[in-house]
Order: sequence, then C-alpha cells, then structure tokens
Amino acid sequence: MLVHSRRARRAVHAVFLALFLPVFALPFLVVAAASLATRWSGILPAGVTLDHYRAATGGDAIDALTTSLLTALAASALALVTGTWAALAAKGSRARRVVGLLFMLPVAVPSVVVGLSLLVAFSRPPLLLNGTSTIVVLAHAVLVTSFAHQAVSAALDRLDPAYEQAAASLGAGPVRVLLRVRLPLLLPSLSAAAGLCFALSMGELSATIMLYPPDWVPLPVKVFAATDRGALFSGAALAVVLMVTTFLVLLAVSRIRTRAVHR
Amino acid sequence: MADVRLPFPRVAAPARPRRFPGWVLVLPPVAALGVVFLHPLALVLWQSVSPDGGGHSFAAYGEVFAQAAFRDALRNTVLIAAGATAGSLALGFALALVIAFVPLPGGKALARFIDVFLSFPSFLITLALLFVYGTAGIANGLWTGTTGAAAGPFDFLHTPWGVLLAEITYFTPFVMRPLLAAFAQIDPAQLDVAASLGARVPRIVRQVILPEALPSLAAGGSLVLVMCLNEFGIVLFTGAKGVTTLPVLVYGKAILDGDYTGACVVAVVDIALSLALYGLYRTLTHRLDGARRARA
Repeated sequence: MLVHSRRARRAVHAVFLALFLPVFALPFLVVAAASLATRWSGILPAGVTLDHYRAATGGDAIDALTTSLLTALAASALALVTGTWAALAAKGSRARRVVGLLFMLPVAVPSVVVGLSLLVAFSRPPLLLNGTSTIVVLAHAVLVTSFAHQAVSAALDRLDPAYEQAAASLGAGPVRVLLRVRLPLLLPSLSAAAGLCFALSMGELSATIMLYPPDWVPLPVKVFAATDRGALFSGAALAVVLMVTTFLVLLAVSRIRTRAVHR
Repeated sequence: MADVRLPFPRVAAPARPRRFPGWVLVLPPVAALGVVFLHPLALVLWQSVSPDGGGHSFAAYGEVFAQAAFRDALRNTVLIAAGATAGSLALGFALALVIAFVPLPGGKALARFIDVFLSFPSFLITLALLFVYGTAGIANGLWTGTTGAAAGPFDFLHTPWGVLLAEITYFTPFVMRPLLAAFAQIDPAQLDVAASLGARVPRIVRQVILPEALPSLAAGGSLVLVMCLNEFGIVLFTGAKGVTTLPVLVYGKAILDGDYTGACVVAVVDIALSLALYGLYRTLTHRLDGARRARA
C-alpha cells in the first residue's frame, strides 16, 4: 500500500478513474451505443433501432463474418502447426537461436509490407494466388505464426524435462514421447496461443486490405468500407459483431484451457 | 532350472543410432516460412531496384526520396510513433502504479479487462473517437448544446493529434501488462520500510519502484515504438488526408496508384526502420533478461 491516508487514496482513485474510464471504457460503450442509435448529435445518442444489427446479421455482413471466422480458423491452425513444429524441432539444437529469430521477424516487419510482399510474390507464375482466398489466409498465418512460436517455445523452456526423460527411459520412442507426454503437457499454452492467434486474425486489417479478393471480404474490411462511405452506425454494429464473436471464441478457448490445467 | 528365461530387459535399452541429425526436423517449418515470408520479402527488395522499363537501377529510390509526400510520411511516422510511445509510457506507468499499489475495488477485473483490450483490433479506437470527438460527436454536441454555437471546437481527429490520441489509447495496455507483472515482484514490505524511514510517495516511486520497473518500461516502450511505426488501421480510419505515414504510403502507392516499384521502395525504407528498432528492442530485452537472471 503506497498511500495510507483514506482521503489521499480516494483522490488517487478519482484521478485513476478519470483517466481510465474515458480512455479505455468509453470507446467500447460509445461503439456499442452507436450501433443501436439512429442519430447522434448530442451527449447521448438519439433514437433506438435494431436496423443496423438487422443489416449486420444478414446477407453480405454474415458472409463477411463467416469469411473472417474461416480465415482465422485456417490461419491459426497453420500458424500453430508451423510454430509448434519449429519450436519443438529447434529445442536443444544449435539452430534454436536462428529459428527463433526467423520466426520473430514477421512481428518486426509492418503488416502492410507483409501484404505487399505476398502480392508481389504470388501475382506471377508458378504460384498464382493473387485474387484467391488462399493468399489472405497465408498472410494471416504469416502474421500470427510469431505469436504461436513464441508462446510454445516459452512453454517448452518452462517444461520439466523429467517427464520426457522418464518416458524415454521406460522405452518410449521419440514419437510416443511427443504425442503422449510433451504435447499433452503443452496443451494449456497451445490453447492460449490458439486464442491469441484467432483474435489477432479476426481483427487483422492492414495486410488484408492489400490482398482481399471481392469474393472473400473479411469483417474488418467491411467495417472500414462502411465507415469510409460515412455509414458510421452500421460500421459500429459490424464492429460490435466482430468484438462479441472474438470475445466468445476467447471465452470458449479459456474454458478449454482451465479444463486442461485441472486434468 | 537352467531354462528359466528372464523377460526381455526393458530398461536401459541402448539408444538406436539416429538416422539423421536433429536439425533436419527444423527444415520443414523454416522452408514454409521461407516460401510465404522470406522469399516474398526478398522479391520486394528486388522489385525496388527493378523499374518497369526493365534493367536494374536505384533510380526509383532517388525519385521517391525526392517526393515531398515521402519525406512528410517519414517525418509523420517517426514523430507520431515517438509521441505515442512517450504518451503510452507515461499513462501506462501511472495507471499500473495505481492498480498495483493503491488497490481499488475491482482492480483484478480491470487487469483482465486490459487483457481483453489487447485482443481487439486497433481501428475500433478510431471508430469510437469519431463518435466522441467527430464533427457530430459527443464533445461537439455538448459544446453546441451549451453555448449555442454552430460548430464545436473539437476538430483534431483528422490531424496528427487525433492519430496520436488514438495510438496512446490503444497502446497503453501493452505497456501496462509487463509493468503489472514487474510490480507484482516488488515486496510491499520494501515500500513500508521506505515510508517508515520518512520517504514520501514521490520519492518511493522514484527510488524504489522505478528502478524495479525500468526493464519492463524499456521492453514495453520499445515494443510499442515498433508497433506504432507499423500501425495502419488507426491512421486509415481517421481518413486524414493530411496525415500519411509510411505504411499508408505503401498502401496508397500499391493499391490506389498501382505503382509497385515505388511501393516497394517505401516498403524497404519502412522495413529497415522497423527492423533497426526491433533489433534494439531485442537487445534491450535480452540484456535485461540476462541481468535479471544474473541477479536471481
């Protein structure tokens, strides 16, 4: 306890809330309120309507949501497999530093540039992917692989080697040790990494906007298109749909995680 | 008796000789990364020195460097990133200090809220700010409502200040999370001892808490600096024609103008800037990690 007098503590808390609430809570409240409003030209929004949600859950918009979900699922799966594989294979080998560095690079490179590079590389034969959904998935996978790799290698470092040594000394082969000992022990960190990858991919805009074909429009692009043509309220409704979906998936993943930890 | 056979010994079986060295297993994921990330990056570099007419030259670099738009974008990118980093560090330090050392009811929930905040896309902040400070937003509505004026005074969203405000809002939690972890390591007794010896709050913060928090501040700050340099969604959503940053310039040149060589040149500059700062970040965190381990 840093501040002992009750009055001083109250003052500190007041200042804290005065900073925290407008800066962090207000954005969510405002977007949520706007998604229900017909007009907003005062302190409070005027007129309650569900029209924006009707628009945000029908036709185009629902396609965008499915697109985002599918992209996020595919990209997270790719990123988890590649990141985990690299972390497991590099563990204890001399290549570990190099592999770690290579897999951290996508974080340091601007996402827009990742998009541009895929555009430059796959707009020509032999791999002509420009204009397909595959290129969007690939971009997302590249961008989130670093997080998967980092989470898994950190978890591997903390893993007690006694378990796998015991299994190996009892005659289990490397594949069996991997499948029955290491991966189950890594399950909590794997699911945490999956949640993070999924959330990041759901909200990815920078690389997507460079690459998306007209028949594969993820939700963030849709939100941008709506606000760009001045339809702020439907943009807000779409954003709420995006946030709620991401949040629900994260919640489900953390449920799985707690169960995995308790087992 | 003689033909009693012992079961096959299961323990301490001799290790089979490995058919291939361990590092071979590393190759498939690295190859995958090479195809979808490293090779495309190399192509960007290659394209930046290959003008449309054929041949290879650095002419495109000279051309882009001579453009006022590029110089503006470079200056904007660096200034906004530096300002947003400084702002996030100050705000994040103050807020984390209160959550950790002047506990308030619901503080745990706040810390979890921060975790959720981190997983939302950045452009939501700009969208929200449009409703708060936009021409028909809350702040201006409040002003016109109380003073009767035709238009409110808040018109900074399309200027660098709007981008700065949005970035500080979005990136502060990235500073707070490592700070909260560092603050949890500080023994509260240390603070009590310092206080009982007569140190006042500012002095305790400066001499007891700040030295402990310095590594996390440095790491969080440089991470936020790199992320601010690369930020695209926030700048795009403000729709500010006057505020162009390097990533927005890459997008504009490639998608809106179809000038791939120019876009690649800007991209190369952007990559160099980000990588240099990211290298700095890694060195800092590595050194600090080493120092922490040495102390422990």
